[in-house]
Amino acid sequence: MGFILISLIILIGIASYFLGNLRAKNLRTSNQKNLKSLSHYYGYYVALWAVVPALLILLMITSFKSFFIEQYVLSDFIALGSYTETELSLLFTQIENTALGIKLFDENTILINGAVNKLNYINKTSENLTYVTVLGLSGLLVLYSLFNINNKLNSRKIVEKFLLVLYFTCSLVAIMTTVGIIFSLLYETLRFFSQVPITDFLFGLNWSPQRVFVREAGDLDTRDLANAFGAVPLFAGTFLIALIAMCVSVPVGLLTAIYMSEYASPKVRDWAKPIIEILAGIPTVVYGFFAALTVAPLVRDIGQGAGLTVSSESALAAGFVMGIMIIPFISSLSDDVIKSVPQSLREGSYAMGATKRETIVKVLLPAALPGIVGSFLLAVSRAIGETMIVVMAAGLNAKLTANPLDAATTITTQIVVILIGDQEFDSPKTQSAFALGLTLFVVTLALNFIALQVVKKYTERYD
Amino acid sequence: MTDRIEQRINSLNKRLNSEKRFRIYCIGAMSFALAWVLILFLNIFSSGYSAFYRTVIQVDVPFLNLIEDTTQFSEMSSEDINNLSMYSFSKKAIYGLFPDIEEKKDKKMLIRLFSIEFEQEIREFLKSNKSNIDETETIYLTASDDVDQVNKGNYPRDLDEDKRRIKDIQLLFFDDLVDRGLVSYEFNLPFLMRGDSREPELAGVGGSIVGSLFTILVVLILSFPIGIFAAIYLEEFAPKNRVTDFIEININNLAAVPSIVFGLLGLGIILNTFGLPRSTPLVGGIVLSLMTLPTIIIATRASLRAVPPSIREGALAVGATKMQAVMHHVVPVAMPGALTGTIIGLAQALGETAPLLLIGMVAFVVDVPQTPLDASASLPVQVYLWSESAERGYVEKTSATIMMLLGFLILMNLAAVLIRRKFETKW
Repeated sequence: MGFILISLIILIGIASYFLGNLRAKNLRTSNQKNLKSLSHYYGYYVALWAVVPALLILLMITSFKSFFIEQYVLSDFIALGSYTETELSLLFTQIENTALGIKLFDENTILINGAVNKLNYINKTSENLTYVTVLGLSGLLVLYSLFNINNKLNSRKIVEKFLLVLYFTCSLVAIMTTVGIIFSLLYETLRFFSQVPITDFLFGLNWSPQRVFVREAGDLDTRDLANAFGAVPLFAGTFLIALIAMCVSVPVGLLTAIYMSEYASPKVRDWAKPIIEILAGIPTVVYGFFAALTVAPLVRDIGQGAGLTVSSESALAAGFVMGIMIIPFISSLSDDVIKSVPQSLREGSYAMGATKRETIVKVLLPAALPGIVGSFLLAVSRAIGETMIVVMAAGLNAKLTANPLDAATTITTQIVVILIGDQEFDSPKTQSAFALGLTLFVVTLALNFIALQVVKKYTERYD
Repeated sequence: MTDRIEQRINSLNKRLNSEKRFRIYCIGAMSFALAWVLILFLNIFSSGYSAFYRTVIQVDVPFLNLIEDTTQFSEMSSEDINNLSMYSFSKKAIYGLFPDIEEKKDKKMLIRLFSIEFEQEIREFLKSNKSNIDETETIYLTASDDVDQVNKGNYPRDLDEDKRRIKDIQLLFFDDLVDRGLVSYEFNLPFLMRGDSREPELAGVGGSIVGSLFTILVVLILSFPIGIFAAIYLEEFAPKNRVTDFIEININNLAAVPSIVFGLLGLGIILNTFGLPRSTPLVGGIVLSLMTLPTIIIATRASLRAVPPSIREGALAVGATKMQAVMHHVVPVAMPGALTGTIIGLAQALGETAPLLLIGMVAFVVDVPQTPLDASASLPVQVYLWSESAERGYVEKTSATIMMLLGFLILMNLAAVLIRRKFETKW
């Protein structure tokens, strides 16, 4: 229904553009009226009146319709007063299914049949009503705006004002997204912390939310809750894997950046740089598959060959592959920073007889250090927020360990493990995922903020 | 005197050596990074290419046993054929490969060489060729996943029998069929057309390709206009004030937020507050567009900034309003840059998995979705789903899915590069 209606509205919009344009031209020629704007702006003016209010009304109707339908259909049951809210919504789904021809009820048939009939009736009426309201409104406004065209109306100003407001609204989407993120995370997190003390979450050593899951949500033992949601093993696992990733990516990324900016001929640079940047464009799920299927068994075999016990989901494999993924972030950012060190510093160093290595290590790197550190911090925030590699290649069970050959789990892994598939809302288990998400959000935001601050300081030094 | 010279020469040599070593380290690091690109691609390619063909076994089906006169088939409608009971008939046709087998257990083993949909395949053959069915027709039936893997050499035959999914007697049958020349390869069209399945030999990426296309379409419809309008506002119209600064900081921060947080946003707000349907490309597209918006806005702003002021001033000088100058003169020039940014953003969205997991796009979906409101998977999610499956056949399917995903990404990035080369004006 929505698709047809929207197409109709757009068609009306196009038609009314031509109508407005035509009317403006007619007014100009027949009455010698001196219109304030070019004719096609009157076309846009009428088209806007035709489309925008209609779409807004349609949006309102679709967002509130289901609520009113539910109220109307369930009115008899609500009048009985013996149903709770969740039972009512369950009942409504059952009635909906019955209306679709799936038989679910044995008893209560009179009430149910009444409700099903009501549902069928209201669905039909509401659809017709929507068509009439939306199209009627659109048509009326077209007529109104057509007759509104006269020599006092400056349609260009109105159209431009509308565009400006539209552009501004679009730029607000970014703010709304941030607000949405913070709101959804905070809301669930606060509810979580009302059941589990925040100190238990931040400092507890045992993470096993599935233990809570098997019990009835009603009779949760608070002692149990405290023991189930200690996030320290997750923080430790995240840190361990990020550390391994940085151990791989920092030396490789930095040396690659140095080679690119100081040693490589333009030709080598031209083909090597895009190839390394391919690593940044590969979807993370591909790395995850690669880590789980190729690198993890390899690490295990090598470890067993050396007489070590290696878990099949070792932190080392996940961290190593993540390190490879991060190489291009460090190398291209550091490359830019090193290249932007003023040429005079290089030449001064060479003039003193320093070799290239000495120039790089003793002059360029210290000068570029803030930017390089900034790129490291950005890379760390990438590593912490990375999900698919750890979901596929790291462990799922939280265990406090510092051994890279052991299985470790991370914040992101646990979010996915908890929320994948069907979740029951209102359980502390589900809410704990949002608490983890908030932690992740705050930490990555802080890292980015610090990184930007550090980089900013650097650019101030040479400008 | 000579001592001092020697000392100098020694120290110089040392410095030159360390210079050489440092250079080697640098080259080593770069080769390491390059090598992993190569290893990654080779690894995926070598394990994935075999999913694009499949093993089929030639079976003679005596249709005369089903009906007295095979010309009668041409008068039957598709529904009539659907109503024909063909199961035992199809089984008998397969037994015909080894007429000497008597034992029930062996017969069962023989049937298991084929995919479980053998009856369906014979029926489909009948439906599409009903006007000229001979007494006996040769049909290529899909082999089961185990046979397929053995035939492709991906399955170790020398394991103990009880550790193998394929049994000795089945291998015996299979080798005999190979000797008789009845086993062959065929291009794996069903893999590209079908939805997911619990049987590896029947599973396809068609459903997830369509799901990905719908998702990307939603992302395009939402994020392209919003991103470009926002960029135009921020770059051309926004007054320098706190609100504008706040929006800018916000956009830069959003670009750095981990993708999984957007999944939490989708779950908390879009699914639970607005009540949009779970597991659908529509919701996936909305979440991913919020994620790609910063990319598009930042790229579009950069290309708007690159338009020289003389263009704006020229338009303003001949009497255009600010809006006319921007929309008629600046934006068209900046469009290639904006398009490039959008395509790169879309490529990012195409490869994204984590947020989709949280909004339920991991459902097991057999049907190819028809609209963005049907539950579906997407290509990266399909990779995740299959990589979790134990059957050996899914390994090559997963790699093949990755190959297709990478193929799409390469195409999109090539398009971005081409647009940039072709339309971008240098000032």
